[in-house]
Amino acid sequence: MARKLPSKNVVVIGLGWTGSILSYELAKAGLDVVAIERGPWRDTATDFPPSYAQDELRYAVRLDLFLRPAQETLTFRNKADQTALPIRNFSGFLPGNGVGGAGIHWNGQTWRFLPTDFRLRSHLTERYGADMLPSDMTIQDWPVSYDDLEPYYDRFEKLCGTSGKAGNIKGTKQAGGNPFEGWRSSEYPTPPLKQGLGATLFADAARKLGHSPFPQPASNLSEAYTNPLGIRMGQCSYCGFCERFGCGNYSKASPQTCVLPALLRLPNFTAQTESEVLKINLDSTGKRATGVTYVDTSGNEWEQPADIVLLCAFSLFNVQLMLVSGIGQPYDPASGQGVVGRNYAYQTTSSVSLILKDKVLNPFIATGAHGMMIDDYNGDNFDHTNLGFVGGGYMGAGQTNARPIQTRPVPKGTPKWGAEWKKATAETYQHAFSLSTHGSSYSYRDCWLDLDPTYKDRLGRPLMRMTFDFHENELKMSAYLTERLAEIAKAMNPTEMQANPRKGPYDSTIYQTTHNTGGTVMGADPKTSVLNRYCQSWDVHNLFIPGGASVFPQNHGYNPTDTVGALAYWTSDAITQRYLKNPGPLV
Amino acid sequence: MIRTLTLFGLLLGFNVSAYAQGSTQDFSLIERGRYLVTLSDCAGCHTAPGGEPFAGGVALQTPFGTLVAPNITSDTDTGIGNWSDDEFVSALQEGRGRNGTRLYPAMPYTAYTKMSRDDILAMRAYLATVAPVHHKVIANQLPFPFNVRLAMMFWNWLNFTPGRFVADPQQTAEWNRGAFLVQGPGHCGTCHTAKTVLGGDKTDSPLTGATLQGWFAPNITANSHNGIGGWSKDDLIQYLKTGANKSTLASGPMAEAVTHSTSHMKDADIAAIATYLLGTGKGATDKPTPVAADDPSMKAGAAIYKDACAPCHRDNGQGDAQLFPRLAGSPLVQSDDPTTLGRVVLEGSRAVATASAPTAPAMPAFDWRLNDDQVAAVLTYIRNHWGNAAPAVTAATISKQRASLAESR
Repeated sequence: MARKLPSKNVVVIGLGWTGSILSYELAKAGLDVVAIERGPWRDTATDFPPSYAQDELRYAVRLDLFLRPAQETLTFRNKADQTALPIRNFSGFLPGNGVGGAGIHWNGQTWRFLPTDFRLRSHLTERYGADMLPSDMTIQDWPVSYDDLEPYYDRFEKLCGTSGKAGNIKGTKQAGGNPFEGWRSSEYPTPPLKQGLGATLFADAARKLGHSPFPQPASNLSEAYTNPLGIRMGQCSYCGFCERFGCGNYSKASPQTCVLPALLRLPNFTAQTESEVLKINLDSTGKRATGVTYVDTSGNEWEQPADIVLLCAFSLFNVQLMLVSGIGQPYDPASGQGVVGRNYAYQTTSSVSLILKDKVLNPFIATGAHGMMIDDYNGDNFDHTNLGFVGGGYMGAGQTNARPIQTRPVPKGTPKWGAEWKKATAETYQHAFSLSTHGSSYSYRDCWLDLDPTYKDRLGRPLMRMTFDFHENELKMSAYLTERLAEIAKAMNPTEMQANPRKGPYDSTIYQTTHNTGGTVMGADPKTSVLNRYCQSWDVHNLFIPGGASVFPQNHGYNPTDTVGALAYWTSDAITQRYLKNPGPLV
Repeated sequence: MIRTLTLFGLLLGFNVSAYAQGSTQDFSLIERGRYLVTLSDCAGCHTAPGGEPFAGGVALQTPFGTLVAPNITSDTDTGIGNWSDDEFVSALQEGRGRNGTRLYPAMPYTAYTKMSRDDILAMRAYLATVAPVHHKVIANQLPFPFNVRLAMMFWNWLNFTPGRFVADPQQTAEWNRGAFLVQGPGHCGTCHTAKTVLGGDKTDSPLTGATLQGWFAPNITANSHNGIGGWSKDDLIQYLKTGANKSTLASGPMAEAVTHSTSHMKDADIAAIATYLLGTGKGATDKPTPVAADDPSMKAGAAIYKDACAPCHRDNGQGDAQLFPRLAGSPLVQSDDPTTLGRVVLEGSRAVATASAPTAPAMPAFDWRLNDDQVAAVLTYIRNHWGNAAPAVTAATISKQRASLAESR
């Protein structure tokens, strides 16, 4: 029996990027806010001190910052006719845990989606005709346009201090930036990071072949910066310990480095950590949320009543909480009816690895997000006529890390162990390089999330079940992009190269990305979406999912965080400027 | 009216403290008192972290033993509710409390004596509005013979000159306001002035730095080598107001002073303090010869610095403004006494967070990673590189500090 706590104006479930942004904005607007976080408290100064934060074994191999499957996991299968089994070691994707969430362990790659991505189905139908799209592809237009979101992208990038070079400021093309990107209202807050030799060689080769390379936008700061909340960030030291690590140099943007110091000064904000929300509670009409019930580490259950509930957990767990709380109609792939769990999508990446024998690349001088990229083959930036697929992705030479345990490139044909392997790793380390593509993953009728009929979590709730596989469209896209990338790689005159296009079936034990999207999609039509254009539940007006990647109708050829952050600000404005004045459905 | 006066007289006859409570209607008096309490940083000692305001409980480690700041709320049993106004004024001006009890100079009456009776009664009027808290504090936890309060009679005779602040007519009004704040309520010398063996101020070298509670409170005169002579007035204002400026950040006991006191001071008062401090101790530059770059400890220190320190403080020792203190040219780094440097490297330290500088970055602890020789070497290096010059730090010093820090944990 849950004990009832005094009511709050706002209860926030999960204190990652969206939770901390919404907490700050709403607390600053005067609301009494409590955030409930499943994992531990984490703070830059005490949890990521640079005296030991760069511990590859602890953080990258043993995954110290991530969710333990014993606490919560999901089941997985590729196809509806298979039996899903629980994931007992996260490896294909790595859900975060604790204050900061995925915003701690990300690389810092900070991309906006293309204007055409936001009206994907309309755009592709207009340009190529409806027959171009596979019949089971369930992509749809976003309920917001790029122009709607631009000011919010700008706000999130200024929060992060993102480093980069604009390619389009208010419609005017800028030399050195991404010529394909949507317009920006201003230049990046900080200039681009310095590039390594590998990225420079890639850019030269790409330019020679007629492409337009530009520095990857990075929330790993090229210089010290004070964000609009008055919080100071430091210059990146290129240590190469970003992905899977917290940044103790205050140079990678995270809720800890960009929001929490200001948020914690607000007396009307409190955080309840090590506490897992069991469900969102509804009143007898089922149309209004009354708060949440959570359980602490001692097993005590607490009811936290609130006027507004913000679901800010990691993408996959947003979907699970909606399903176990009975909010919205669960998706049924057989009939195509229902919405919660629909349009789960992911990412389709590939790589080209190369060895440049006569070059010393110093790959350890790295950040999670610097590198030179081209966007010529993303979205609909290129003509898809007769290609047999839609979609695309950015590609190029990132240099995220070359840490000693997990970076052991060797030439083809080297034994897997022994003296010869050791010799080859020593000889190859300074000369090996990897290029990659970061492709879209469109949504399909048979890729979805629902509750598992067999397996339960430690709290007795059904585990969420993921049914997902790559489709022919994505595999063709990946093959095409990887060929283009290999052409550029060849122009770098490598001693050895190998193209690795994405191959099916999807294997949940091989890491690709943690860009799990969809399941609580935002849209213009309640029949095909869970949320309206303000990330507000169609069914329960005082419940919002302010921009976790679960609201994406499909995934595009970019990393999700910039769009997640933009939607958080977009939703926050909708709540403070519209909802508070007249609580009710905003659409 | 007559009735009120009669009642007033009656109350005055029975309970003097009620007079102070009777004055709670005088908003401007209370507001003046509140600000003086802020200037005097009473909360720094009398409000325990997480405790009720002014209910006491902060332990002060002195060279003579432990003193705990008492409850100064108006609780009649455990606070100062029963004190007369004269007793309260005497405590601040003379170091004599209730019934003439002698206070220990951990309570900076040696500075508060510069304040007028009106100022002190205003402080009392404010304190009377704070919720009384029943919280018994055993203030005197000193060992024998220091626990004998009568000994303070002798101490005061040697070390204490009571008396109100007297303005210097040769100086500007701003300078005089600064002098009053520094010498009086601000009691800067309590930490920043070196002490005699008996714990009295070394009056010939005020504000030139002192060691206490395991920290070195640096020289805050305008000495250009190891004082703040290299700071502009704006640098000092920004430091006191926000806890951070372009070259350093407040941490340790100064973080508490910024949190409770200086960040809440009026701009004009901070400017006055800056004017006064930057006009003190000028011209005294006693820069020693730096340790030679080829000294083995300098070579070892350079390697350790590159590995452990340079990512934040940078190869050029410039750090990042408001994040990582600048080491090149830093007065604290070049202080004769390396206590704060050793402590910060061994134990780490967190900078203060204020509304206008909320980041509160931290220096991590290196005690588990660097041995005494290594800590000494890297400190010797930062004290004698980039044009810095200061005596070498020995491993024995660090070893002693490591032991005392372990003991105080």
